Amino acid sequence: MTALGWLQIALYLVVLIALAKPLGAYMADVYEDRPGWRKRIGAPIEGGIYRLAGVDSSRDMRWTEYALAMLWFNLVGGLVVYALQRLQAFLPLNPQSLSAVSPDSAFNTATSFISNTNWQGYSGEATMSYLTQMLGLTVQNFVSAATGMAVLVALIRGFSRKQATGIGNFWADLVRSTLYILLPLSLLLAVALVSQGVVQTFDASPTAQLVEQPLNYDQPKNGPDGQPIKDASGSPVTEHASTTEQSIAVGPAASQVAIKQLGTNGGGFFNVNSAHPLENPTPLANFLEVLAILLIPAALCYTFGRMIGDTRQGWALLAAMTVVFTALLASAYITESVPNPALVSAGIDGTPNANYPGTNLEGKEVRFGIANSVLWATVTTAASNGSVNAMHDSLMPLTGLVPMWLMQLGEVIFGGVGSGLYGMIMFAIIAVFIAGLMIGRTPEYLGKKLGAFEIKMASIAILIPPLLVLGGTAVAVMVEAGRAGIANPGAQGFSEILYAFSSAGNNNGSAFAGLSANTPFYNTALGICMLFARYWLAIPVLALAGALAAAKTVPASEGTLPTHTPLFVTVLIGTVITVGALTFVPALALGPVAEHLQLFAGK
Amino acid sequence: MFANLIPALRMLVVLSVLTGVAYPLLVTGIAQLAFPWRANGSLLIENQKVVGSELIGQPFADPKYFWGRPSATSPQPYNSGASSGSNLGARNPALAEAVTARIKALRDADPEATGPVPADLVTTSASGLDPHISVAAADYQISRIAKARGLAPEALRALVAQHTQPPTFGVLGEKRVNVLQLNLNLDRAARKG
Repeated sequence: MTALGWLQIALYLVVLIALAKPLGAYMADVYEDRPGWRKRIGAPIEGGIYRLAGVDSSRDMRWTEYALAMLWFNLVGGLVVYALQRLQAFLPLNPQSLSAVSPDSAFNTATSFISNTNWQGYSGEATMSYLTQMLGLTVQNFVSAATGMAVLVALIRGFSRKQATGIGNFWADLVRSTLYILLPLSLLLAVALVSQGVVQTFDASPTAQLVEQPLNYDQPKNGPDGQPIKDASGSPVTEHASTTEQSIAVGPAASQVAIKQLGTNGGGFFNVNSAHPLENPTPLANFLEVLAILLIPAALCYTFGRMIGDTRQGWALLAAMTVVFTALLASAYITESVPNPALVSAGIDGTPNANYPGTNLEGKEVRFGIANSVLWATVTTAASNGSVNAMHDSLMPLTGLVPMWLMQLGEVIFGGVGSGLYGMIMFAIIAVFIAGLMIGRTPEYLGKKLGAFEIKMASIAILIPPLLVLGGTAVAVMVEAGRAGIANPGAQGFSEILYAFSSAGNNNGSAFAGLSANTPFYNTALGICMLFARYWLAIPVLALAGALAAAKTVPASEGTLPTHTPLFVTVLIGTVITVGALTFVPALALGPVAEHLQLFAGK
Repeated sequence: MFANLIPALRMLVVLSVLTGVAYPLLVTGIAQLAFPWRANGSLLIENQKVVGSELIGQPFADPKYFWGRPSATSPQPYNSGASSGSNLGARNPALAEAVTARIKALRDADPEATGPVPADLVTTSASGLDPHISVAAADYQISRIAKARGLAPEALRALVAQHTQPPTFGVLGEKRVNVLQLNLNLDRAARKG
């Protein structure tokens, strides 16, 4: 740990919280469709979009219609992403002449991008044509994020309306999220990132002459069928090769990087995501990118408070998120700063100073060092972003536990844009219910009585992700196809699988990337998890929104549990932590905890 | 049930044009006008030849050059077409073995450098393309390069200092040295004699 590291973490938190109110108020204006400079500039475009799409944006939808519109829109979006990947060899904007993506990988990527997960089974620069990246992936980066925001806004209307039949118009919420929030912020961020060195071009990769020539290396030898040849023991046969050049992969990266951060998508332009120097070139670029991850999720808390007419409620949820986040971030920074004993005994310097960032630099970039790598790992899994600037598989075992557990908490500590807050509101409902049982009152939240139906819907939303995570992990460790993907030996190998299903089952998208997941088994299993995790949460949330909107508002009485106090924040944190801990401690003990104990026992 | 299918299709087409075509083209236009060198990969040109990107590291193994981070890309190191980390876990024996071998290579190249080795010189980066090393890692190599080039260590130390980037605004990121630019400068100085 260094003072500079703590200072950067503190600076991050201050800037994040300071931006929550102005951006949150702006977004409330957008969703309440208030007049202002935004409407003066955007209204013609917004109206044009509705006309071209043939929708009536003013019609109020019942929750069932809202959900169907959302599902249709996501389904056709998924089919387009699938088709683009399968047909990219015949389509334009493919200067590297990349071939079609395999069916299982294309399915996985399509579900991954519509569900706002952006798990990447593929390697970006070596798999996807510029056209696929733009028309498939960038588009879904926007609209899957806007979908999450729309569902959240519908739920908020459930609380703010009384005895109403509708919860808003999906098309209006979708278009306004995209046009007034995601697009302008992305444009600003993309240009800022280009100024730092993120590439944005449609040219093919330039070639550089290496300074030290030639570079000799071994490469796998391929047979006449194009498959690598293996020797008698099964290891690949290599042949000598030599080069004097370096091909520098470029592309329209900045535009995609901006929205993958802001929309909590996380699918990188390049294989190593924001660890790639052309995707995240400088510490300033890194600060902007990591800020962009939590920017909208944090501000939406304020939007929520404004729209229900009590900003204290929004601050309470933001406080709960920030407390859990800060505690886990600090613990990750502490564990990652303990030098890996195996490396120190090999002869590595164990003491950081101003000229030396520290010992555990495997899988990290020097410009980010330890503090920024840990900050990113925590932020990206607190939000359901999943982009990385360091390799999580190479983190110290207890540090790796933090991102894993943040996902397993259900992506509610900030979480995805929209989806994180609606997940947290589900936990708030359960917290009110539990507190209500303890003090013997009918539970109510924000003026709405919570009956059996509401609790059932909230319970479904909370219980489905653990089912997917633990069920999926259990299946994968039992079948040969699942175990075959493991890269690291011992408990870390189990952690790789647990991490993958935690990521897919909560729509995060980051990975312990040693796992070879671009196989039919993982592409299919993780694809299914991502679909269930997204839509089986969104549908109960919309059903809940419909029920709440139809209900009467009960005025607060002496028996009402106030839900903006530090006491309630504590109860809420307790609920999230208890559910997350009770469900996942056994699995975590077998993975990162076992790995940690063995590492420090020198075994 | 199907009432919203056609609107969904049409909406996807409209939003695809807006976010998938207009937005990236607009960003590209602004980028190419305002920051053309950055937008095209920050390429370094020497004698009318592209010799690399300021932001992408290159493999160095000759004792007369500063060495950068070990790279886990395949098949060759610093393959910018296939960025990749090693993904070796902290307790994986393969990690300790690789680190031990790299430390031995460093000490074989310079028997005088016996102190603890800066980690960035012997661990692979996240991208396999890291252009930087820490100041400590540059200092560690000075005696080797001084001998290989017949230069005074003080001259090399001054060159390293000249290529050291401090944390941005004094707070963001780590102090670091760009290996490719440092080596290009070494060669340039050597040519001038």
